Formats: sequence, structure tokens, C-alpha cells
Amino acid sequence: MTVYLIRRLMQAMLVLAVMSVLVFLGVFAIGDPIEILIAADATQREKEEARIALGLDRPLIEQYWVFVQNALQGDLGRSFVFNMSALQVILQRFPATFELAMVAMLWTVLFGIPLGLWAGLKPDSFSGKSIMAGSILGFSLPSFWVGLMLIMTFAVVLGWLPSTGRAEPETHFGITSSLWTAKGWSHVMLPSINLALGQIALVIRLTRAGVREAMLMDYVKFARAKGLSQRRVIGVHVMKNIMIPIVTVLGLELGSLIAFAVVTESIFAWPGMGKLIIDSINLLDRPIVVAYLLMTVFLVIFINFAVDVLYSVLDPRVRLKDAGA
Amino acid sequence: MSGPTPTVDAAAVSPWRLVVAEFFASPLAVFGLVLLVIIVGVAVFAPWISPQNPYDLAQLSIMDGRQPPGTESLDGLTFWLGSDDQGRDMLSGIFYGLRISLAVGVLSAIVALAVGMVMGMVAAFFGGWVDALIMRIVDIQLSFPAILIALVLIAVLGQGVDKVIIALITVQWAYYARTVRGTALVERRREYIEAATCLALSKPRILFGHLMPNCLPPLIVVATVQVAGAIALEATLSFLGLGLPITEPSLGLLIANGFQYLLSGRYWISFFPGVALLLTIVAINLVGDQLRDILNPRLKK
Amino acid sequence: MTETLVVERLQTHFFTKAGVVKAVDDVSFSVGRGKVLGLVGESGSGKSVTGFSILGLVDPPGRVVSGAIRFKGENLVGRSEDDWRRLRGARIAMIFQDPMMTLNPVLRIDTQMIEAVQAHEPVSKDVARQRARDALGQVGIPSPDERLRSYPHQFSGGMRQRVAIAIALLHKPDLIVADEPTTALDVTIQGQILAEVQTLARTTGTSLIWITHDLSVVAGLADDICVMYAGKVVEQGTVDAVLDHPLHPYTNGLLGSVPSRNKRGQPLQQIPGMTPSVLKLPPGCAFQARCARVSAACAEPIAMQEFRPEQFARCIHPHRDEVPA
Repeated sequence: MTVYLIRRLMQAMLVLAVMSVLVFLGVFAIGDPIEILIAADATQREKEEARIALGLDRPLIEQYWVFVQNALQGDLGRSFVFNMSALQVILQRFPATFELAMVAMLWTVLFGIPLGLWAGLKPDSFSGKSIMAGSILGFSLPSFWVGLMLIMTFAVVLGWLPSTGRAEPETHFGITSSLWTAKGWSHVMLPSINLALGQIALVIRLTRAGVREAMLMDYVKFARAKGLSQRRVIGVHVMKNIMIPIVTVLGLELGSLIAFAVVTESIFAWPGMGKLIIDSINLLDRPIVVAYLLMTVFLVIFINFAVDVLYSVLDPRVRLKDAGA
Repeated sequence: MSGPTPTVDAAAVSPWRLVVAEFFASPLAVFGLVLLVIIVGVAVFAPWISPQNPYDLAQLSIMDGRQPPGTESLDGLTFWLGSDDQGRDMLSGIFYGLRISLAVGVLSAIVALAVGMVMGMVAAFFGGWVDALIMRIVDIQLSFPAILIALVLIAVLGQGVDKVIIALITVQWAYYARTVRGTALVERRREYIEAATCLALSKPRILFGHLMPNCLPPLIVVATVQVAGAIALEATLSFLGLGLPITEPSLGLLIANGFQYLLSGRYWISFFPGVALLLTIVAINLVGDQLRDILNPRLKK
Repeated sequence: MTETLVVERLQTHFFTKAGVVKAVDDVSFSVGRGKVLGLVGESGSGKSVTGFSILGLVDPPGRVVSGAIRFKGENLVGRSEDDWRRLRGARIAMIFQDPMMTLNPVLRIDTQMIEAVQAHEPVSKDVARQRARDALGQVGIPSPDERLRSYPHQFSGGMRQRVAIAIALLHKPDLIVADEPTTALDVTIQGQILAEVQTLARTTGTSLIWITHDLSVVAGLADDICVMYAGKVVEQGTVDAVLDHPLHPYTNGLLGSVPSRNKRGQPLQQIPGMTPSVLKLPPGCAFQARCARVSAACAEPIAMQEFRPEQFARCIHPHRDEVPA
């Protein structure tokens, strides 16, 4: 287990290193930061001076080394739009994105698993087929368009929920969140549902496939032959088996939720990292773009790593095999 | 319980006729196919069937802007689906937008398929470190959300049609590579490859002449899903303002244009391009779903 | 009433898209207290479905269409699912073919045994665990305390089947349906388990239905034999009568294809042809296409007939007064 963990951790570090090279090359080497950083009417001399001041005259390897050293100290450059440390700007926005992603995850679990279970247990019923048709739609619907339709329906026509923004966060028990208030929930409702739809569709399909497969297994029939109630057979014997892949996928999808928050946040003006990155790409605020990309890449790698570990903890077959080896 | 599946033998006789017959057994899939044919037809013949050339500014009048569906323009043209802020007929805009969205989606899928297929087969055929290297890259790439990869590329490369297509190809190729490798690993152990090897045929000939055709069925399934994914991703990027330029609006950009008018109740500028996008993706997915059910031997019982 | 189970004219059909499959068609037999019935047939003959019917475990699209299953005098056909559940595992237990598949891979042995105890008796977890431990000891599993905390994959196939048998024995049932429980095991372990089961049945008075395709297993174990072919019983009687003087050409063929010492050097007989498709069975005898004694009359429906005391066959050209080949 320990050996496995260390090996997996080293793999994760390697991926992070490769991604940092790619992002560095992409953002710093391909474009010329001077063109963006310096006013357009600057003289050639001023440009040269800035170039030397920023270390851009040195070889690429050296520049990368400086970049990495700074990055390790949490310095990913200064945003020239906010005139602050880029990492700080990102970290300020992170809680909002995380909050949105977690609420979306909540909907995913709350709706995806029961609906998938139902569709898996009654695959030929009308309700089961409707759920599946709905999930195909959930897959097909482009999330940004669904977002617009949600705004149109619930904010414009019905006027039930606010269409944009996030409520003022409050701090209770050491947790700062906008979800402490009813207003906070009303604001997070539409964007989180929008973000969750695709994931719900995915979890429905996954759960349904898992249930259908598990129901054919001898161990389910044997559990029934023991005289267990249907509730226990499904709730324990079937669920315990399908929860392993579902938890794994849910974990991996958390990274997806954070990345796809880019779209949702842009539509609902949710003040998270995603909206920031789109603005920054358009404003050519490169330090922010780099900080966001590295941060998200780091998050995804971390999540994948955590899920791998979780998987080996959940599945006794994997867990014990590694322990024995 | 698990007897030999007779369908496998039957498929060896006339696989394509069987696939076609099975495909038409599902009314939903047929509906998807019909819808898809219509959509592709509209996209291909857009210049001839559109009431208006939406790119020709001379034909547009700002006075016709933001008219609701059914309004007649100053030139006597009926805006069946309304008009946008430039006075452009939405129906024509959608026809041309479909053309661009489909073209970008299909083009990127074809290139990605070619790249992925070659990489996947090389990995499967040569094995060893080549295989390990290619598959590790695939694994790493697939562990990142598609939109994140696209964002990195757009941030690095800048914007433009070519950049979007490059981003879409980069996002997709790994799926094909993994699928092809999986199939090829199974297929290369079959007798017919051994026979070809015994005949001392050249490696490329075995690879592309013998192995490739047999890896196609699962690829077709992945390809349908991927084209839908590519169209959706391109639309998303365009919606975010990171995709295609405003001069050639794809469906995503049309939807983005209407976004600002949505809150004032002028829903049609965003709504109808969205419906077109939705129908396209649903049609492709319906067809793809059925193909997967037919071509997946694991589901046959 | 000395019979534990009487099955009368049982019909279990599967209503598939391709047509109605008469998996069990007019099957009757009975099992006395402490007796062993061997239910013999090749795969697809309906013997397993018969077993599942007795436990009420036939899943859609299949169902028991007509007939009676009298367990200690009471007809079980048409009972509510809850009635069935109370019987299953308590009064009628089942052992499955593949021990690798019958235990849930992600649940510990103690969970799977304790739930089986508690499904029928309102006892505490500790009492249930004690019962589970005793049951494991009874089937010859060493250090049961430690074994209870293990997962199925830490056991060998033979050990797993012992666990499954222990679970079947937990409530000292009146009847155990064993569906080819030794087929997936090594020959030596097969012998051990057969001997143990026989002793258990004799000492506890439990009746057994032993489903198998292997006549040699039945020969040493069963009191009575029931030979099934394509959903119908073609021959039944005491084990000695059927094995020594088979009436039906199919039974005769089956016996001829068993390798034995006194036939060394001779080529093994085989039954020509294939099992007919259950979807399009011919009217009359299902075996007619493969039978050497076939005549035009075989295409008419054939009734079960007593040819010798306690030996019945569904045939109009039986091997009477002949030495079996």
C-alpha cells in the first residue's frame, strides 16, 4: 500500500511538472509578454529595459527555472489588471467556485443515484425509460444553453430566483460561505443546477448500468435465497458493489465540475475563478491565466490521486491485495 | 446459461446488412437518423435554402433588428424565427451557423480519428515502451476535463478557427487512441493476423490493410459520440467568446449574441439557435447509442 | 404427510421477445423427509429453473404459469413475496453452482452470515455471530473466528462453497436445493463435500434436491432420480431402477456416455445431434430428432407411464427388459 502510494504520488508530481513546462512554454515563450505589459507607445529603449528587468533576455531554461522557483514560493506573477499577486487573486475567488461545485455535487448525488437505481431496477417500465431518455437529453443539452433557458424560465418569466451573482458570504463556526442564508441558496440554485445537470445524467447512467449488472449476479440471487428483504438486497448487496465505481467517478468529476464552472460562472455572473479566467484571457492578463491553469491542473491531479487512494480503500479486493504484496 | 451467441456467427456472414436491419428495429434511432439527415442536408444546402445571406451586410437593415418571430421585414421577408440585433433573419443565421458548427465538428473529429487511430494502432502493434509512452500520455490527458485542455490551448495559441480546431483535435484524439488500442490488442491475436504475418506481408500492410478494418466498428461508435462532443465544445468556446470569430458565427456565437437580450424577454435570438444545437446533438447521440448497442458484443446475449 | 416437497405439474415459462420458452413444462416429483432427489439433465434442460421455482426466485420475464409446489402440505404457488421471503433461507435453502460468484465480494463473511441469521430470527448481532461461527465449524472450516472477518476472495473455491453450505444450514432447513454445487470444484474437494452433505442430510433429516448433469455424482448420493430433457421429465424412479434399467432412450444414452472401468478400451457412446432450441420444440417427444427408436407416433404428445413399480418414463419405445448398453 505504502509503495503504491509513493509510486502514485511520484506519478502525480511528474504530471504536474510536465504541465508546468507546457503552461510556461505556452504562455511565456510563444507570446511576447512585453507587448502586453508595456504601453503601446513605449520606445524601443523602454521595451529593452523592461525586457532586462523581467529577465526575458535570459535563456528559456533559466527563465523556466526562475518561474518554478517563484511558483514554489507561491509567486506566480502580478496581475496587471488587479495589481496584486496573481495567486492571491485566484485564491480569493476559489471559495465561490468550490461552493458552487459542492452544491452541484450535492444535487448530483441526491438525484443521480436514486433515479439511476430506479431506472436500473425497472428498465422496461415507462418511468425507467423516461429517466433514461431524460439522461440522454441531459448529456446532449449544451450546458450554457440550459443555463440561458434556466434564467429565462425561473428568473425572467416566473421571477422565482435571482439570475445572477452570489449573496454576501457570512462566517459561522469558522466556515465562510454564502449558503448560511436563504438568499445565498436562492442565488446558488440556478447555477448549481445548471452545473449539475450533465453530472446527474452521467451518474444516472452509471448507477443504472451498475444495478443492472449487479442484479444478474449470483450473489444477489443467493442473498435473496437467504430470505433477505428486497430492501436489504438492494440497499446493501447491490449498493455496496456499485458504490465503488460511482464514488470513484464522482470524485473524478469534481475536477470536471470545477473546470466546467467556467461556463456556468460566465452565464450567472458567479464571482468565482471561472469567470475570472475568461475575463483574464480576454484582457490578456497572463499571470492570472497561468495561475488559474496551474491551480486547476494541481487540483485535478490532487483529486485524481485522492480518488485512487479512496478506491483502494473502498474495494477490499484491491486493498488487501496491496497490503499482502 | 451462457451458450454460444449465434449473432456472432451470423455477423460473419453479412455484418453490414445485419447492422442495418438491427438499427432500423429501434424507432427512436430511426427518428435520430432522419433528424440527422435533415440537419446535415440543411447545413450542406444552406446557401440555397436560406431566405437571406446572413453575412451579406447589404441585405441587412438595422431597422429590422430584434423583431419577434413571424414579423415581416422592410423588404417583405418574413422572419419566421425573428431577427437578431443586426436585423439578420434568425432562420438563415441558424442554417449558416449549423454549416459552420457541423463543419468544425466533423473536420476536427476526422483529423482526431486519424491521429488517434494511428497512435492507437502503433501502440498496440509495437507494444513495449512505445505502447507505454503513448498510453501514458493518453491516460494523463483523459484525466483532465476536456474544457480545461481546450482553455489551456486557447490561452496558449490565441483565438481563431484553426486554433479552435486544433484544440478540438487535441481534446479528442486520446479517446480514439485508447479505443483503437483496446480493439487492436484483441484483434492482433486473431488467426488472420497470424496468417498475414506468416505470409511475410510488410508491417504497414498488416497494420493498415488487415488490422485497421477490423478495428472500425467500435471506432464508429466513439466517433459519433465525439462529433457531438466536439460540436458542443466548439459552441461552448464560441459562447465564452473564445471560439470562432464573429464574422462567421457558429451556433454558439448566435446564442451568445442573444444572451444580452434574454433578460428583456427577447428570447428568440438565443432560443432557436439553441434548439438547433440541441437537435443536432440529440440526433447524433440517438444514432450513436443505437450503434453502440448493436456493435458492442458484450451486450449481446 | 411424510413428503417434504411435492411438485405437481409445474410449468415455468419465460416470455421473451423471441417467443415463449417453456423452461419447465409439466414437471412432477416428490421428495421425502431426509431423502435425496437427483435432478439430472444437460444445461438448458430446465433443471435449474425448476430449482429456482421451488424458492420462488424466477425473475421476469419468467414466471410459474401453473402447477403446484406443496411444501409440507402447503401450496406455495401464488403466495406473496413476503411469504416466500420467510421460507427462503429458513425452511428451504439453496446452494448455487459457482462458489466464486455466490458470496458478495465486497462484504465480509460475518456480514453475510449474520444478516442471514437475523433475516429470520430476532436475535442480537452477538448471538447471530455465534451461530455463524458454529455453522462454519460444522462444515469443517478451521479457525472460524478469524475466517468470519475475512472477505470471500481470501478463500479458495472449496472453502467458499463450504461457507455457502454453512449459510444454507444456519436455520436447519427442511429442504436444500443444491444447484450443481460441486461442478466448479476439484474432484477431490467434490468428493469431500458430497460425503459431508450426505452425512448432514442423514443426521438432520433435511431433504435434498441435488441438481446435476453428472450421473456419477447422483449414483452415490441420491435415493431417487428425475431425468429432465428440454423442460420435461423424461424418466423418474429410484436411483437403482433408473441407473440399472433405464427406460428412456435419453437416459440410456446418458448412461452410455459415462466413462467407467468395465468399458475400458471401448469407444464411449455419444448421443447424436444437438439439444433442440427451447423456442421451437417439436410436438410430442422432444428427443425424437436424436432418438434411434423414433417412429411416427413420437410426434404425438406422450404421457408419463409407469413401466415398473416406482419407475416412470415418458416414452412409447422404452428399453424394456434389455440390458443397458
